[in-house]
This record gives sequence, structure tokens and C-alpha cells, in this order.
Amino acid sequence: MSPYNYLYVAGLLFTIGAVGVVVRRNAIVVFMCIELMLNAANLTLVTFSRINGTLDGQIVAFFTMVVAACEVVVGLAIIVAIYRSRRSASIDDASLLKR
Amino acid sequence: MSSLTTMMLLPLLGSLLVAVIPSDQVLRIKQAALGTTILVAISGILTWLKFDSENTSFQFVQSVEWIPSFGINYAVGVDGLSLVLILMSVLLAPIVVLAGWNESEGGRWSAKVFYILILVLETMMIGVFAATDLFLFYVIFEAMLIPVYFLIGGYGSGERAAAAVKFLLYSLFGGLLMLASIIGLYVISGANGGHTFDITKLSEMHNYMNSTTQNLLFLGFFIAFAIKAPLWPLHTWLPDASASATPGTSVLLLGVLDKVGTFGMIRFCLALFPDASKTFTPVIITLAVISIIYGAFLAIGATDIKRLIAYTSISHFGFITMGIFAMTTQGHSGATLYMFNHGFSTAALFLVAGWMSARRGSSTIADFGGLQRVTPVMAWSFFIAGMSSLALPGLSSFVSEFLVLVGTFTRYPVAAIIATFGIVLAALYILIPVQKALHGPTTPGNENLSDLNLREKIAIAPVIAIIVALGFYPSPLLNVINPASAHVLELQGFTDPTPSDSAGK
Amino acid sequence: MTTSTSLVYLIALPLAGAVILLLAGRRADKWGHLLATALSASSFGAGLYQLSQMLSRPTEERAVTQKLFTWISVGSFNIDAGILLDQLSICFVLLITGVGTLIHIYSISYMSHDENRRRFFAYLNLFIASMLLLVLGDSYLNLYVGWEGVGLASYLLIGFWNQKPAYATASKKAFVMNRIGDMGLSFAIMIAFATLGSVSFSGVEEASHTASQATLTAIGIMLLIAAAGKSAQFPLQAWLGDAMAGPTPVSALIHAATMVTAGVYLIVRSHFIFDAAPTAQLLVVIVGAVTLTFGAIVGTAKDDIKKALAASTMSQIGYMILAAGLGPAGYAFAIMHLLTHGFFKAGMFLGAGSVMHGMNDQVNMRRYGALRKFMPITFVTFGLGYLAIIGVPPFAGFYSKDAIIETAFNAGGIKGILLGSTALLGAAITAFYMTRVMILTFTSPERWEKDQHPHESPWLMWLPMVILAIGSVSTGYLFTRGDSLVHWLSPVFGEHEAHEEHFLPVIVVSGLALTAVLIGVSIALVKYQFSDVDAEAPQDVSIFTRIARKDLLQDTFNESVFMRPGQALTRILVKTDDKVIDGTVRLVGTTAIGTGSALRKSQTGFARSYAALILIGAVALIAGIWVVTQ
Repeated sequence: MSPYNYLYVAGLLFTIGAVGVVVRRNAIVVFMCIELMLNAANLTLVTFSRINGTLDGQIVAFFTMVVAACEVVVGLAIIVAIYRSRRSASIDDASLLKR
Repeated sequence: MSSLTTMMLLPLLGSLLVAVIPSDQVLRIKQAALGTTILVAISGILTWLKFDSENTSFQFVQSVEWIPSFGINYAVGVDGLSLVLILMSVLLAPIVVLAGWNESEGGRWSAKVFYILILVLETMMIGVFAATDLFLFYVIFEAMLIPVYFLIGGYGSGERAAAAVKFLLYSLFGGLLMLASIIGLYVISGANGGHTFDITKLSEMHNYMNSTTQNLLFLGFFIAFAIKAPLWPLHTWLPDASASATPGTSVLLLGVLDKVGTFGMIRFCLALFPDASKTFTPVIITLAVISIIYGAFLAIGATDIKRLIAYTSISHFGFITMGIFAMTTQGHSGATLYMFNHGFSTAALFLVAGWMSARRGSSTIADFGGLQRVTPVMAWSFFIAGMSSLALPGLSSFVSEFLVLVGTFTRYPVAAIIATFGIVLAALYILIPVQKALHGPTTPGNENLSDLNLREKIAIAPVIAIIVALGFYPSPLLNVINPASAHVLELQGFTDPTPSDSAGK
Repeated sequence: MTTSTSLVYLIALPLAGAVILLLAGRRADKWGHLLATALSASSFGAGLYQLSQMLSRPTEERAVTQKLFTWISVGSFNIDAGILLDQLSICFVLLITGVGTLIHIYSISYMSHDENRRRFFAYLNLFIASMLLLVLGDSYLNLYVGWEGVGLASYLLIGFWNQKPAYATASKKAFVMNRIGDMGLSFAIMIAFATLGSVSFSGVEEASHTASQATLTAIGIMLLIAAAGKSAQFPLQAWLGDAMAGPTPVSALIHAATMVTAGVYLIVRSHFIFDAAPTAQLLVVIVGAVTLTFGAIVGTAKDDIKKALAASTMSQIGYMILAAGLGPAGYAFAIMHLLTHGFFKAGMFLGAGSVMHGMNDQVNMRRYGALRKFMPITFVTFGLGYLAIIGVPPFAGFYSKDAIIETAFNAGGIKGILLGSTALLGAAITAFYMTRVMILTFTSPERWEKDQHPHESPWLMWLPMVILAIGSVSTGYLFTRGDSLVHWLSPVFGEHEAHEEHFLPVIVVSGLALTAVLIGVSIALVKYQFSDVDAEAPQDVSIFTRIARKDLLQDTFNESVFMRPGQALTRILVKTDDKVIDGTVRLVGTTAIGTGSALRKSQTGFARSYAALILIGAVALIAGIWVVTQ
């Protein structure tokens, strides 16, 4: 099987994630879409690592996983905090950056 | 250690002294500040007496490495030009402190901060004229803005914050252009004999530049100085700043800080870029003439006494700039003497105007009336200062103004003729406020104004004495100035035009 | 040239008086006027001493100089504070200090009720010192110092009662118009330095021999402008009438006898320039002729006694300028008329002051009348001055004015006839309006209100009037006896061949002049003595009278041509500065703020729109790279 098929899957996953981030209002869903995009990137890295026969891509993929894990910790904490204070997980309600 | 360094250190030490006095002992603070400035003035006079006026090179020289990797030195020294300006600055400082005894009250911060700022400013005023290292000059040139910004913004009146910001932005803009030119010069010096900021060495650099480079670098310096001086059309910060600042600050601003502009034109524009100076002379003379007439008309139309004085200064700075770029010994010496005289006549005008508006609670000319009968000493002081401003013969400004006019006439007759119309306008802009404020019947609100008290009389007396004395006997200063201006012109390759009708003899 | 060390006292004495009186303040109120008078008198004494010294020397060594110190020295521009006393300036020194001292004495009494009498005397001393500096300076720049000094003193004295707004305005007007003249003097000095390389009298005289015609003409015209400003000559004459706002002794001293004649001094002193510049000289003559007619016409329409006398001063100085413009033949006569005029006009002004003193400061002649009975001394002294000014022999004015008319006729050709006739016409009008003044004030029936009690002035006031009246009677004869003044002054102007060919015989000219005077006097007698005079000025008068009352529209002209456009220009410039220049500066600020707030609108705060923007940006970037690399 051609390794390029993995790239098409990765592209599809990234697009789904990106559209999800823009379209959905629920912070948790947005968050999961971000994870989807990260995983799409990981898949790409691993695929290229396979194609090129080097390990660099796989190492970067590990980095990404670690960063994603940290991000989940911080991000979920923020979302929970916002949900507690506002009783809403809609990110449009948290437009505090304006002004 | 050079006596210049001593002079610069004295006010700094004074500011330390002020800093350790507890804030509630305001009188002590004022006394310490006054004592320091008097001490500096005395050392300034001593320096003047020790100065060898025949010698045209820098004197009292001191040079210490500061940032060796960039060729930057702490280098100071004076020639006739800078000596006169330093003398003026240090003489004005104690007068300003004494005259504005209560100016620090009603400010945003305490009196202590006020006097520390004044004393630090005095150090810089001496340093800016004494620096013989371009980098040192630039640092002080920009650093001077800081105390003045706080003096205007913190202790002024009216729209003081806006005026302070306007002053700062204008000056920073000019300073930025000058910085670019300084870096340019530095780079050129690196390519031709090693990186340096020494102005004597830099004055050789014009030999290595093509005319475009020289013109651009010249403009960087000139615009900065034209903003400082201020020359039309870069003048609009001055009326706002001097009307909002306390009278004492305005005196330092108009009397000393603005002189850095005209001083810089001689010291840097002419010395570093002689060819570009020649190229731009027609433009600059035109701007100077416009300043003379324009400033005079605006002064005539001014309704606020402080703004009026600021506009007269624009007119006077036009005369100074014209004299500098006339490139004759009369014009040059006249311009230098003019800088000194303008410091004192404007100081007198501003201090008296400040006292008048402090007593009346307004600086609108129309609010005054008939002061001559209520407060004769104050009215007389204003009148004499005004007469000096309109260059009445027998008072100091006449000598310098006439020298400038004569010196300009021999080379640029048309400019001199137009500028001479300024003397009629000067009569108007002085006599109109004199008539409105001092003459006529005493109008309501002015009946109970108090005349000058002893402290104010002591402050104004030396100013008027200097104005009168130099009007009749300007030689002590001219003897110092003449060799310096002759030297500058010699470096420029200019000689005075010979009288046209006697050439055939 | 002879040097001296005592010349400086002439100036220093009155100057010291001014300084002491001004600095001492109220402490000097008790004795200030005495000190000032004493110092003025001692300056007169010093002048007499210098005259005696001068007489003891042979003619060619009579001029003396004194160098005090180097005043300004820059490059080739070297000005000494130097004093030059020659035959010309000694005439002025004695006139200034002599008449000045008499007026000091007069003022002691005249100003005795004024609380600021000390200040008045300080100004008088300041004036004397400046005027002496003017006539004693040895260069144009030294003269300039005195020139503006007298302007300052005149300003201070015209505005002495400046609590009245009109008086304050009058003083300002005088100063500003004088400054226009001063500008002419500045130009003259600048041109002289740029072309001749010197500004001292001796230096300019020496260089003028080789100078070009154009240069000398330019200098001459500029000096004429200066003279016109100071001497109230056409077209800068408008300030003199308003200057009568000052106390009457001031009008007598400054605006009749001395300061206003400074223009004549300047032209006569610069004879070497005018002699070599015929165009400038012609202009001088024209200015003189125009002003002498102008002043005379204005004089006929004035009801204010001081303004009538002021118009007369203007006209008489016109005669002097005319004479000064006639070249070497006229200089001495200009000075002679100046000196005799100094006596009779000062005397008449003091007389006017005496009348005002007795009439509660009333100045309207239509409210006078029959004062002869109440003020006999004033009447006699004023009358002698009157006879002198209209030129009745053997009074002073006859000699000096006759000489000018004669010289004018002898100028040659059409020019001579025109000038001579103008001078004759002026003499006739002078006779008319001065007779009018005499009649309205002294001899016509009384028209004053019943609560006024005219009385003779105290002796301190009439004594100077008597002395000046003696001068008005005798000086003409003294100066012309054996041509004494002409000979005395001839070393200053250089020798010149006297005009031998007379256009008209001397006796005919005198006859014509006397006829003119007779006609003028007769008309006035018919019009005022033998018919009733209204206490109110009639309003239904011809357009000519109305224009003459308005000083021949000089103020109207100045206001509409200079003042109003100037004010409009000022307003426009003030607006321009605020709206255009400062507006541009403010525009930079508002642009920065505006750009910021416009860009801020894109920051909605919605995380999803940021994410969308990032996405679009990323896609655009990739697409861009793809397009570029393809």
C-alpha cells in the first residue's frame, strides 16, 4: 500500500479539525478538534519519517504528543474555570480579549 | 580635572544635597538650590575671567575614555561661543531659582523634585555646550528633554500634560533624525581613519563625502536644531510649552534650551558640513526671514502674554539664524551676542509676565490694565525688558540685532531689508501689550495687585543691569566672541565682503 | 583734530539726573525737579564753556572730539563711543540745553500739582541727554542711539498722562511712526557700511568723494525717510498732532524746539551725501515744500490751540527741510530758521500752556477770547513770538524765513519759481492762521463759560516766556549781522561760491514776502476780528474745511492702507498658524490615533474568528508559496 494514502488521511483529519475549530461553539468540541489537527500533523510527520527512512519525524511526533498533553492539561483547566464562572462552555461568551 | 567638569558636578552635588533634606523643610531645599546655583554662577564667571580670548582652540579641555570600543570619550572644552552660552546659562539659573521661589507649589510632585530637576538640568545645560564629543553631546541633548518634560508636565499650568508631550515628541523627532546623521558620520569616520566622535576630527570628514551624503547628513542635524531653535515652520511647540510651563522653566526653555539649536548650527552644521551649509544657505536665510516677520505678526496678534513672548522669541531666533548663515564676522558675532542678550531680555520679560499673571490669576493681556499706577516697579521692569526686546539702542539687544542686520546686509541685502521691517513690528508687539496692560485706566481686578517684593526686585535687578550695561559696553563679551566667530568663518573659507564702493580706490 | 576730555559732561550731567530721579523713586519727590533743573542748567553752562573754548581757537581747529571707549568692534565694523563738537553741533547744544533749562524752570510751576512731577523731570533730563547724544555723536550709529533715545523720551512724555487711553494711543502712534523713520536710518547705515565701509561722519564724508551716484542717492533717500519720521514731514507726519497729548512744556521742548528738528540736523550733517546726490536732494526739497504747505493748510482748520501750533511746527520744519534741500546755499539758513524757530515756537507753546493753565486746561480756541486783559504778560510774549513767526521785520522769523524764500527763488529755473512761490504761499497762510490764533485767543470778544477765571501765570512760568520772547525778537538780527551764522558754520559745510546771480533782487523778495504776510493777516482780521466767532465750530462748512480739519485725511489714509490690512494680515496669520501649521502637527497625532482605533475594530475577541483568520492566513500563505514556486 502506498504510504501517500496516510498523507491523504492526515489532510482529511486536519481539514475536519480546522473546520471544527471555526464552526463549533462548544469549547470542549473545539478542543477536541485542535487535538485532531495535532494528530493529523503527527500522522504526517510519521508518514514522512517512513518515506524518508529517517527517525527525525518520529522524534518530533513524540514532542508533539508531549506538548499536546501539556496543552490538554492547561486548556482543560481553563475551560473548566470558565465553565465554573460563566456556566457556559461556549467560547463566544468568553470574548474577554476585546478591550 | 577641568573647571568645566567641576562646574557640571556642582549642581549634581547640589541635587544630592537637596535629595537628603527632608521634604517638609521646603525653605532649606530652596536655600540649598539657590546656594548651589550661585556657586556655579561664580565658578562660571571665574572660568570666563581665566579664558584666553586670543586662543581659538578649545580651552579647559578634558578627555576621558568612556566607551572605548566605539571610540566614545567624555570630552569637554570651550571656545568663545560655548563659553558665552555657558556663562549665560549659569547666570540665569540662580535668577530663575530666586525669581520663581514659589513656582514649585501647586505642582504634581514636591518642591524637592522640582529643585532636583532644575539642578540636574543645569548640569546638562553646561554639558551640552561644553561637550566636544559628538556622542556625549547627543546623549545630553536628548537627556535634557527628561527634566524639562517633567518640569512642564508636573509643575506647569493649563494644558501642561499636552504641552509637555508635544514638546517631547517634537524634540524626539528631531533627535532621531540627528541620531541617524550621527551614525552616518560615525560610519564614514570608520572608513577614513578610525571610528571617532571627536568633533575636531569629524570636521575633516566632509572631505570624504559626496555632496548627496553631506546634504542628507546636514539635514539630519539641521532639522533637529531648527526644531530646537525653533525656526518656522517647526515652531508650534514653543508657544504651547512656554505658556504652560512655569515662568522659570520657560526662561530656561527659551533662554537656554533653544540656544542649543542655534549653537548646534554653528558648532555642528557649519563645522561638519561646510559645503552642504553653503548649498542650503539660501533656503535657511529665507526661513529665518519668514520666522522674523511671521513671529512678529503672531506676537502682535497674541492675546496671551506668555504666548506673545514665545512668538517674539521665534522672531528673535530668526535674527540669530540669519546672522549665523550670513557668513560674515558681523553676522556671526552678532548672532552669538544675540543668543546671550536674548537670554536675558526674554528672562526679564518672562519673569515679569509670570509675576503679573500669578498676581492677577490670568495671563490674558486684556485682563490687565493700568498697572503702571498700581505696581510701578513691576511695570517699569516689564517696560525695560520690552524695550530690550524691541532692540532700543542703549540696551543690549540693539548691539546684537544691528550687528546681525549689518552683517547680513553686506552679503544678502534683500534678506536684511525685509528683516529690518521686523523692527517696526517689534515696536508694535511690545507697545501693544504695554499699552493694554500697563497704561490706560486701572481696570477692575487690578486695583489691589501688589508690587514686586524685595526678593523679586533682587532677582530682576541683575538682569536689567546686564541688559543696560551690555548695551553701552558690549566689549567684554565681543572680545571673547570675535576670535571664535572669525575662526569659524576662516574654516568655512569665508571672508567679509569688501565695501563695494571703495574697492576701486 | 583737537581732542578734549570734558565733552562727555554735556551728556553725562542730564543723564545722571534721569538715572538718579528714576532710581530714587518717591524719596526724590521733594527735590527731584530742582536737581533736574540744576543739571540741565549746568549742562548749558558746560555748553557755554565749550563755546568759549571754541572761540579761543582758530577757525580750522574749532571742532573737537572725544573718544570715550570702543563701543562695537567686529571685523571691519568699528564704532567708538565718540563725541564730536563742531560749529554745527554747538548751535544745537546751546539751543537744547538753553531752551531745555527754561522749560525745566517753567515746568516746576506748570507741573507742581502733578503727583508724578519727579518722573516728569526724569523724562525731561533723559530727553536732554538723548538729544545731546544725537547731535554730539561722531558716527551715524551714535546718532542712532540718541535718535531712538529721544523717541523713547518723546513716547514717555506724550504718554505721561497715559491713564487716558487716547493719550496712550497717541504715544504708541508716535513711537511706531518714528520707528518707520528709524528703519530708514538703519538702512542708510547698512548701505553706508556695505558700500563705503564706514559709518562715522568723517569716514563716510571721505568715502563719499569716490562713491557712486547710486549709492549716495540710496543713502540720501534713506536718510530723508529717517528725517521725515523724526521731523513729522510728509508722508510720516501724522503723529505730531496726536503728540500734543503730552504736557505742554513737552510740546514746547520736544515737539517744537528740538527733537522734531533732528531731521534737519541729520540732513545738514549729511550735506556731503546730498551735495553729491541731486536726486535725493530734489526729493528733500519736494518733501519740504509739500510739508510746509500741508502743515499750513491743516493749521488753518484747527480749533485746538496746541494742534494749530503743531501744524505750524510741521510747516516751519518744512521750510527748514526745504532750505536744507537747496544745497550749500541753504544749509546755514535751515539752521538759522531752526534756531529762531526754537525760540519763538517754544515761547508760543509755553504761552499756550500759560493760557491753558489759566483756563482750566481748555484747549479749544473757540472758548477763549479777550484774554489780553487777563494775561498781559502771556499776551505780549505770545504776540512777540507771533510777529516773529509770520515774519514781520525786525523780528527773528523775518530774517530766517526771508533768507529761505530768497534762496528758494535763486534755486534757478522753473524749480526756483515753483519753490519760491510755494514758500511765499506758505508765508501767507502762516500769517493767516497765526493771526487767527492770536485773535481767537487774545483779542476777540470773550466766549468762555462764566465759571472760568482766567488769570496770569506765576513768575516761574512767565519768566522763561519773557526770555524766549527776547530771543524771538533779537536772534534774527544777531545771526544775520555780518552774516555771522553763515560764516560760523561755513567750515562745516566747506567753502562754496555764493550764488551771485539773483533771480529777483533781495528787496523785491522781501517786498513779496511782506505782501504775502499782509494779505494773510488782513484776511484773518476780516474773518475773525471784525466778524463774530462761534463758540462751537460750525458744521455746515465746505468739503475743503472738513478735510483740513481731518488733517487732510492723513490718518484715514494710514488706517486704510497700512493699519487695517496689517490687522487683517495678523488675523489671517494667527489663524494660519493655528489651523494650518499647528493643524498639520496635530493631524499627525490624530492620524496615529485614528489608525489605531480603526485597526482595533478587527479585534473582536472571538476566539473562533481569530482561528478562522489564522486558517485563512495559513491557506493564503501556502497558496502563495505554491504559486511562486510553480
